Amino acid sequence: MASKVQGLTSIGRKVIMALTGFFLMFFLLQHLSINMMSVVSAELFNEVSHFMGTNPIVQGLLQPILIFSVVFHFVWGMYLEYQNNQAREIKYAMYKGSANASWMSRNMIISGLAVLAFLALHFYDFWIPEMNVKYIQGDMSGMLSGTEEYRYYEELVHKFKGQPIRVVLYIISFVMLSLHLLHGFQSSFQSVGYNSTKYTPIIKIAGNIFAIAIPAGFVLVALVHFLSH
Amino acid sequence: MDNMNLTLKIWRQKNAQDKGKMTDYNVTGISEHMSFLEMMDVLNEQLINSGDEPVAFDHDCREGICGSCSMFINGEAHGPVKGTTTCQLHMRSFSDGDTIYIEPFRAKAFPVIKDLIVDRSAFDRIQHAGGYISINTSGNTQDANATPIPKENADLAMDAAMCIGCGACVATCKNSSAMLFVGAKVSQYALLPQGQVESKMRAQNMVAQMDAEGFGNCTNTGACMVECPKGIDLSNIARLNRELLSGSLT
Repeated sequence: MASKVQGLTSIGRKVIMALTGFFLMFFLLQHLSINMMSVVSAELFNEVSHFMGTNPIVQGLLQPILIFSVVFHFVWGMYLEYQNNQAREIKYAMYKGSANASWMSRNMIISGLAVLAFLALHFYDFWIPEMNVKYIQGDMSGMLSGTEEYRYYEELVHKFKGQPIRVVLYIISFVMLSLHLLHGFQSSFQSVGYNSTKYTPIIKIAGNIFAIAIPAGFVLVALVHFLSH
Repeated sequence: MDNMNLTLKIWRQKNAQDKGKMTDYNVTGISEHMSFLEMMDVLNEQLINSGDEPVAFDHDCREGICGSCSMFINGEAHGPVKGTTTCQLHMRSFSDGDTIYIEPFRAKAFPVIKDLIVDRSAFDRIQHAGGYISINTSGNTQDANATPIPKENADLAMDAAMCIGCGACVATCKNSSAMLFVGAKVSQYALLPQGQVESKMRAQNMVAQMDAEGFGNCTNTGACMVECPKGIDLSNIARLNRELLSGSLT
């Protein structure tokens, strides 16, 4: 038997989707951990945010991997969806998808596009202003102009204080993220070839907890700053 | 009930070039004890008696083991009863007055030949790419029992070998993915010492052929496992992923 494989196989494509998914889930955990600090202590949140925003390893290594993962996961996900649509040219007159698979697993493209739309809002809110201050204005101090105070906590509060529409958009987005993770977490393990009678049920439970707790945490932070200021 | 009247909405397509369309039929005098294919036989008798073209559909053993029958019934491969082929589905699963949608298994890699018959030779070509063992069997093969095999592996290999290649997994999958079929065929060899010698190359070649046939990508919805008449487990897909990955990285 001689190998007939040329280039990336359909399984190889799925593995890359899973690996970028793993990194993005790790990023969500790390992002939420820092956000939760804003609920506990403004000073702590400021210091950690400044560290993350100026540390050369975070900025020079992790941020490029993050950007690659986000772009790759979305672009590749949409390309796979296009390919999958092409694999059935004539659709069924009657198709009972709900009889054998969850809504979440069948509609990853919908929840994924909703998260992508949220990212556009999130980048507009936080990332673009951050890049502007740091790399266009060249201000790496992390201070509010004319003060000795760090700006991060103030910027976070400013986005949610008296902003009910933004809070509602955040809640809807994190519900969609939750739906995406409810399938994505356990699916990533299957894609990289891990399925065991002993641990797969545990992975599924852990995935459900992760998929609910992480988005709920982000919503909590938004609500706390909306309601308490 | 021995006198069910049904409305059937059936995909009719003269040949591979025809566009095809859903056509309505009324069928009468159906017993609940009939199999679904027997109900189709009754319909065809009615059509022949009235001078119409009978509905073409695949069937052979009518015992649920050959994998020939292939209808997509009321939105599900092999109909509403889990763990059954169309030939083992009985009319007691339906009620008098029901409307039943009957369509061919749909996938770009399974083109329609006529009516409900699709060309599933893509599965044969995947098998030809690696679904075998290159063993010299010319008279000097050792006794199979001389090679110790863990009971668990023997059972899992047998479970995987239960796949009858009917294509329900492809028909059911929203992406028309053939991963459950290929996973089962790779697993039945990968779990046994005789098959492990060529295991990695087998996975690579069968996946390459699967991709070339135009099947979609697996998104782990698990629908294939639910609709598989032989209950092939999703863990076979994970094993296929492992086999391909380890083969590609080593």
